[in-house]
Amino acid sequence: MSRTALGFILLIIAGVVAPWLNIYPTFLMKGWCFALFACAFNLLLGYTGLLSFGHAAFFGAASYITGHALKVWGLPPEIGLLAGTVFAGVLGYLFGSLAIRRAGIYFAMITLALAQMLYFVWLQMKFTGGEDGLQGVPRGMMFGVIDLTNNVNLYYVVFAIFLFGFFMIYRTIHSPFGQVLKSIRENEPRSISLGYDVAKYKLLAFVISATLSGLAGATKTVVFQLASLTDAHWHMSGEVVLMTLLGGMGTVFGPVVGAFVIVTLQNELADKVGSWVQVIMGFIFVICVLAFRRGIVGELMALFRNLYQRPVGLSARQADVKDTKA
Amino acid sequence: MSNEYILETRGLTKEFKGFVAVSDVNLKVRRGSIHALIGPNGAGKTTVFNLLTKFLQPTTGSIFYNGTDITEDRPAQVARRGIIRSFQISAVFPHLTVLENVRIGLQRKLGTSFHFWKSQKSLEQLNGRAMELLEAVDLASFAGTMTVELPYGRKRALEIATTLALDPELMLLDEPTQGMGHEDVGRVVGLIKKVAADRTVLMVEHNLNVVADLSHVITVLQHGSVLAEGPYEEVSKNPQVLEAYVGAAHD
Ligand SMILES: Nc1ncnc2c1ncn2[C@@H]1O[C@H](COP(=O)(O)OP(=O)(O)OP(=O)(O)O)[C@@H](O)[C@H]1O
Ligand SMILES: [Mg+2]
Repeated sequence: MSRTALGFILLIIAGVVAPWLNIYPTFLMKGWCFALFACAFNLLLGYTGLLSFGHAAFFGAASYITGHALKVWGLPPEIGLLAGTVFAGVLGYLFGSLAIRRAGIYFAMITLALAQMLYFVWLQMKFTGGEDGLQGVPRGMMFGVIDLTNNVNLYYVVFAIFLFGFFMIYRTIHSPFGQVLKSIRENEPRSISLGYDVAKYKLLAFVISATLSGLAGATKTVVFQLASLTDAHWHMSGEVVLMTLLGGMGTVFGPVVGAFVIVTLQNELADKVGSWVQVIMGFIFVICVLAFRRGIVGELMALFRNLYQRPVGLSARQADVKDTKA
Repeated sequence: MSNEYILETRGLTKEFKGFVAVSDVNLKVRRGSIHALIGPNGAGKTTVFNLLTKFLQPTTGSIFYNGTDITEDRPAQVARRGIIRSFQISAVFPHLTVLENVRIGLQRKLGTSFHFWKSQKSLEQLNGRAMELLEAVDLASFAGTMTVELPYGRKRALEIATTLALDPELMLLDEPTQGMGHEDVGRVVGLIKKVAADRTVLMVEHNLNVVADLSHVITVLQHGSVLAEGPYEEVSKNPQVLEAYVGAAHD
């Protein structure tokens, strides 16, 4: 518990001082947007045990809706962000309702298929600007007083949005609802046999995850003043899986770390190695899956546990091998 | 409907692509009894459990619980009516603590299980009851342990505690002593006796000593059909039953 509190404090300090450390602010803002996206994704993968392979749908949809609301309708940024986020939530409800009754690979396939369908809808629709995307989205004045064209203001607004989303997820994980989610992740038939309608719990988790993924996409649009097909492409769905696995799925801070590592690599490598960056990402993915499943934060936590806590009895470990999950 | 039987099936049948796993089973479980379901491997015992709890849909036949037809219920609904099952393979939540496992069983009653905005501290009011249940299965000293670290026998005991957390009217136990050492078997038998004092238990069990010791009525299943039914003394002398068991041993 206290370790989590310490983590929170460090995170807030890091977020507050980072722009004064000569780090490119756009990079930081991109990092927070993806960190939020990955945390939202982790709620499903890490805490409910559902692998969605179509999360770009929510990120991208919110990105377009917010972009359109700001650029064409001229709405203030807070309303534009809200519009994109709510849209993603509704979309999450629709997609979730269709996918949630399937398990494992079928669930992943359905989410992927739905996201691809939506991708082609965006490609066809006029308002998205097709291959060019929605460019020059205005930032405007938040709540009529915060001028988002000022980079410092924008940075702190983005960071505050991240913290809000991050806290929402933290709370969800550590709520009575979160306990049920974890029980579903651990042993779904058992949760059912205890009287939980698991489909309803999964659906709510899916909607929360989609909504906050949308918030991340909407915020990204304000930062880059751009909504494009990249946001809705399945590469994006893959990237968020990678960020979450690399940082540590099922850990509170892992996705944040994973997102920053990936964004950093992309930034550093893009102009040096060009499209080889994709190969490097693929390589990292393989290493993650083969060598350290728990991800960066997960491995660190395991390391600390081994250093500071009594070792687990061998007999208990051996006994564990015998019973596989039902 | 009669109040004597808590559970009744009529013509319960399950086919898997032409293979009949459960065939025309008419089961009557007397309220307050311990009823054992036995039979050789593959007889269809687990399938019967899956049908009763609606994890599987019967091909034909119907299920009555307290006189109500529950054949069309969803599995979670069946559970909420008061029928709680355990599984043949240990069914715990490995990466939750032992205390949290039991609390999952308790927390549904609070009606806050969809409250994602509420702190899980609100569940701590259940800790007292959870500890009582752990005490009952000798697990109180493991409350804070990650469940994955428990030895097998202890996991099965935890499973029973979690089941009891729901205060089920009818408990379905699928081989509760399977894979256990001698001491653990004794512990679980004692536990089942204790908890059966004020509820009904239907159990699948291979260990015939346990069956003899615990059950009031035994139903013997073979190839999906009921072969014999009655108290242990009677069933154990039934030549067909003996043959089924001996036959199975020669397979
Ligand atoms: N989902 C399924 N699909 C096809 N066949 C099944 C299915 N479930 C069970 N069976 C078959 O039904 C038969 C009865 O299986 P069941 O698991 O009910 O036996 P059991 O009496 O519990 O045996 P054991 O003592 O080994 O646990 C077996 O032949 C099994 O292969
Ligand atoms: Mg069985």
